[in-house]
Amino acid sequence: MFDNVWLIPLFPLIGFLINGLLGKKIKNETIIGSIGALAVFSSFIVSVMTFIKLIGLPSAERSVNIKIFTWMTAGTFNADIAFLIDPLSCLMLLVVTGIGTLIHIYSIGYMHGEEGFYRFFAYLNLFVFSMLLLVTGNNLLLMFVGWEGVGLCSYLLIGYYFHKKSAGDAGKKAFVMNRVGDFGFLLGTFTLFWWLGQTHGIWTIQFTELAKNANLFPTGGVVTVITLCFFLGATGKSAQIPLYTWLPDAMEGPTPVSALIHAATMVTAGVYMIARMSYLFIRSPETMMTVAVIGACTAFFAATIGTAQNDIKRVLAYSTVSQLGYMFLAMGVGAFTAGVFHLMTHAFFKACLFLGSGAVIHSMHGALHHVHSHDDAQDMRNMGGLSKYMPMTYGTFLVATIAIAGIPGFSGFFSKDEILWQAFANPLHGSLNMLLWGLGACAALMTAFYMFRLVFMTFHGTCRIKAGAEKHLHESPMVIVFPLIVLAILSMVGGYIGLPKLIGDLVGGIPNYLEHYLEPVFANANAYMQAHTHHGHHSHALEWGLMGTSVVIAVVGICTAYVLYIASPEIPKKFTAAFPALHRAVYNKWYIDELYDFMLVNPCKSLGRFLWKGFDVLVVDGIVNGVAHVVMAFGGVIRYMQTGQIYNYAWSMTFGVVVIIGYYLFK
Amino acid sequence: MDINVAQLFQTINLNVIMPEVILSVLGMALLLVNVFVPSKSKGYLAWLSLIGIIGAGFVAVTGWGTTVSSFNDSVVQDNFAIFFKMIFLLAAGLAVLISDQYMSREDCNHGELYPIILFTTVGMMLMAAATDLMTIFLGLELMSISLYVLAGFNRDSIKSNEAGMKYFLLGAFSTGFLLYGMALIYGVTGTTRIAKIASLVVQVGGAGNTMLLIGMFLMLTGFLFKIAAAPFHMWTPDVYEGAPTPMTAFMSAGPKAAGFATMLRLLLVVFPAMKAEWSDLLWILAVLTMTVGNFTALRQDNIKRMLAYSSIAHAGYCLVGFASGTATGTSGILFYMLSYTFMNIGAFAVIVLIGKKGEPNGTVMDYAGLGHKRPLLALAMTVFMFSLAGMPPTAGFIGKFYLFSGAVEAGYIWLAIIGVLNSAASVYYYLRVIVFMYFKPGEEEFDWFTISAPVALALVVSAAGSLIPGVIPSLLLQFAQQAVKLI
Repeated sequence: MFDNVWLIPLFPLIGFLINGLLGKKIKNETIIGSIGALAVFSSFIVSVMTFIKLIGLPSAERSVNIKIFTWMTAGTFNADIAFLIDPLSCLMLLVVTGIGTLIHIYSIGYMHGEEGFYRFFAYLNLFVFSMLLLVTGNNLLLMFVGWEGVGLCSYLLIGYYFHKKSAGDAGKKAFVMNRVGDFGFLLGTFTLFWWLGQTHGIWTIQFTELAKNANLFPTGGVVTVITLCFFLGATGKSAQIPLYTWLPDAMEGPTPVSALIHAATMVTAGVYMIARMSYLFIRSPETMMTVAVIGACTAFFAATIGTAQNDIKRVLAYSTVSQLGYMFLAMGVGAFTAGVFHLMTHAFFKACLFLGSGAVIHSMHGALHHVHSHDDAQDMRNMGGLSKYMPMTYGTFLVATIAIAGIPGFSGFFSKDEILWQAFANPLHGSLNMLLWGLGACAALMTAFYMFRLVFMTFHGTCRIKAGAEKHLHESPMVIVFPLIVLAILSMVGGYIGLPKLIGDLVGGIPNYLEHYLEPVFANANAYMQAHTHHGHHSHALEWGLMGTSVVIAVVGICTAYVLYIASPEIPKKFTAAFPALHRAVYNKWYIDELYDFMLVNPCKSLGRFLWKGFDVLVVDGIVNGVAHVVMAFGGVIRYMQTGQIYNYAWSMTFGVVVIIGYYLFK
Repeated sequence: MDINVAQLFQTINLNVIMPEVILSVLGMALLLVNVFVPSKSKGYLAWLSLIGIIGAGFVAVTGWGTTVSSFNDSVVQDNFAIFFKMIFLLAAGLAVLISDQYMSREDCNHGELYPIILFTTVGMMLMAAATDLMTIFLGLELMSISLYVLAGFNRDSIKSNEAGMKYFLLGAFSTGFLLYGMALIYGVTGTTRIAKIASLVVQVGGAGNTMLLIGMFLMLTGFLFKIAAAPFHMWTPDVYEGAPTPMTAFMSAGPKAAGFATMLRLLLVVFPAMKAEWSDLLWILAVLTMTVGNFTALRQDNIKRMLAYSSIAHAGYCLVGFASGTATGTSGILFYMLSYTFMNIGAFAVIVLIGKKGEPNGTVMDYAGLGHKRPLLALAMTVFMFSLAGMPPTAGFIGKFYLFSGAVEAGYIWLAIIGVLNSAASVYYYLRVIVFMYFKPGEEEFDWFTISAPVALALVVSAAGSLIPGVIPSLLLQFAQQAVKLI
């Protein structure tokens, strides 16, 4: 049935091997880029075929394990190289390979002339391979291989410009923070495997097996421990409080990397993991609350920082953290479908925004280079009025911005509004719901504000670029513009597959396709929720009212941005002058990095230095060197027995035989 | 012995030894053809041998899954024998591939080389298939005598002569023990068929029968010499260093596997009742062998000598699995010997390339800078070194994993711990090669050699064989498990 699924991860792997091993010799950028893009495109084709086959099945049968081979077996532990094809993984396949293809195409233009062009494409393909393993792996161990693989590629690509110290540091920071999260993932896996085996004799780490036995798990207790461990892993990979600070720094990598890895795919892995194990998470009210609160707080907190950043990519980075917060909020309130929905729409518009910002930076960089200016090509204060130089970029960027701001009719509206509604109306968290909704709504307001602030500062108003440079600004080549157009269209229409019931009924009974499609995946979690919570009744009027509120919030945010950055641009300066401390705090990202440095990094460094100078050099090195000397001396002694004389060797053999036989005869 | 001649002929089923027949006939034919082949074209003989080896391999695998005895139960064709035959054929094939370039460089490209390699292989295959002490001895001697010739094949090199001579004398010495052991066992049981001996062991008193006990250990000694277990290992460094490098590669993989094949069949089929005795002995010898091999290798600069000691250590790891006696441990030996054939011959193939005529130095330092000047070759060497050191995701890692888990299953926790510690110590000398290749600036330009097509093929096959079973262990392991199920 799904015999060719193994091809999906294989193509990018082959692309990685070709470019990685032979790229240096191929040299020709067109060939290298085409190999990279074709590899991912081939996976996309197979993914589409898989998807078509999957929806051809009755919905109860849409969960298929495809075993390729037994990976390892040791006692009761068994792990296969096997793929799980179900609606959720299939959706992720389409997103990863589809957007991956577009970004590969874009990169051919964007990375043109960069040193190590082949290296970039090799890493990018390796990333896609790992990501595909992550989303299709049918057991926790294989997922972990993908999980670590994407982390590695992220590290390699953030540090792509490794001669720049800031890039190297950012790579390290991302790696270390992710390792903290990975630790949680592993602990969760171990606890899960051990507990289920010990108490029920079921030794498995396979998702479908776990789902089948989901009813064996108690509410709370050990499940809380397991899911909190997994959630720690998710906060690392998906940049949530407290492990979010690596993501803004990750913008040191080339822009296509930010779009693919740090916006559209890898950072959503945490959301995917929770969705994959929704049947576990739902069984721990404590974890669900933690996830919801952390998600809402991250959405709010990151949005506040986004309002005061001047680096175009940093605004987008904080926006990503904030939007990921929404997804976790959705997970935490049991709205798994809405979370996955937002994951998908966010992938469309955020990829479009990042790629658009990349086009802007590219153009700015070239123009500034022409006039030998050292101004920052990413600083929005140096931009302004770019819309007339780059109309296509502007148009697509605007569409994606409208989508993220939550204007009705665009994809972001449907998914974000669904999350906010569920945050308000979910049966899990009682009185906490108001707070969750409030944080989400405030974040939505700020999102609309800072995104349009970005658009106005970049594309509208007077051009603030260094005099003379503006005539060198130009629209990007087709290879860059084409992916932007496709993504803009997706940002526009992508939301209609998940039309809320309210609107669907209104326009003649269009169903929520996505919800039906994902239903079997979340069936167990939803059934549990039905059985264990009291569903309050909410009137349609309330739902309409909240939806209206969302729209008003978005419009207010946009208008505020218009007033502050187009109509009367002097107000922000006055505001900054009136509240200097607040502005400084927001601008400096609430000093969280400094706080971490003070509380964690510096003490760790001091401890490290002490252990190094005091303990390591004196004690450990002493022991190790001592052992090494003994070993070497021992080796030397044996070597001297090796005289080269045959009679010595013969004696050694005879000695051996006599001792062996003597021992057994006289023991 | 009441052998009825007519009955004997009825039991002959040539198909059982068809791979051996193919290689023997080919070997003799090549000896004759060799006369007419000019010395510059001896490479053709290599290709002909390779075709024969592959053909023999195909014939051998067709028997997979069946158990057929022939020649009045003195040889058998079963999964166990076939698995080992594959190892021998692989070792022979790889050795043939890397021989021509080396032998031409050393001016000793005599055509007899290939027939002798084929005869060695026939000997090894007989050992793995033998179910009679006489057949075992026949195979062993065919293999050994051919090996003595191969070790001393470079007539003009004093070192090679020394290697051949030493190997011959000590080999003859060890054969003495072996034959004496066989004689004692025959004396006790009155038969040389191992199936019959097996059924008589308990009857004659098992470990309580001194003559049987001495016989078993003496026989064991002969094989321990072949696999280079301490304290019967001392010939190894001298012979491996002196022998022509491709033959060292061959010797370190094939005959070692043959020794294990016979030992496994003897101890697990004939002497399971005396497991307490031989298991203890192998426990001690495993520790001794691993430790002596690894710790001496630490001090070696000469890379051939280093690999010689390392090969002693690897026999030690296999003894760990052997001592456990469990299915995991023994199938681990089969898996490991096959992986080891790939990685070790691969490493020797690189040595063949880097060496200069007469092999004046051949130290680890010669590899400085190889990583930058010959990146692909260095990458292949890195794979081999990683696999030998037992790092994931290579075959060496999985192999050690199964050997040591066999020991853990059998309750030999300490043996497993000593094994892991040894493996950790060995990382030092394997990584040293990698450090030199990548992190030390090299003065050498590495421009004196080109990689001939057969050597390149051998390198690719070896690298793939060192990597793929590490990623997909079940691919090989299931066959290894089926193979040990029969004995």
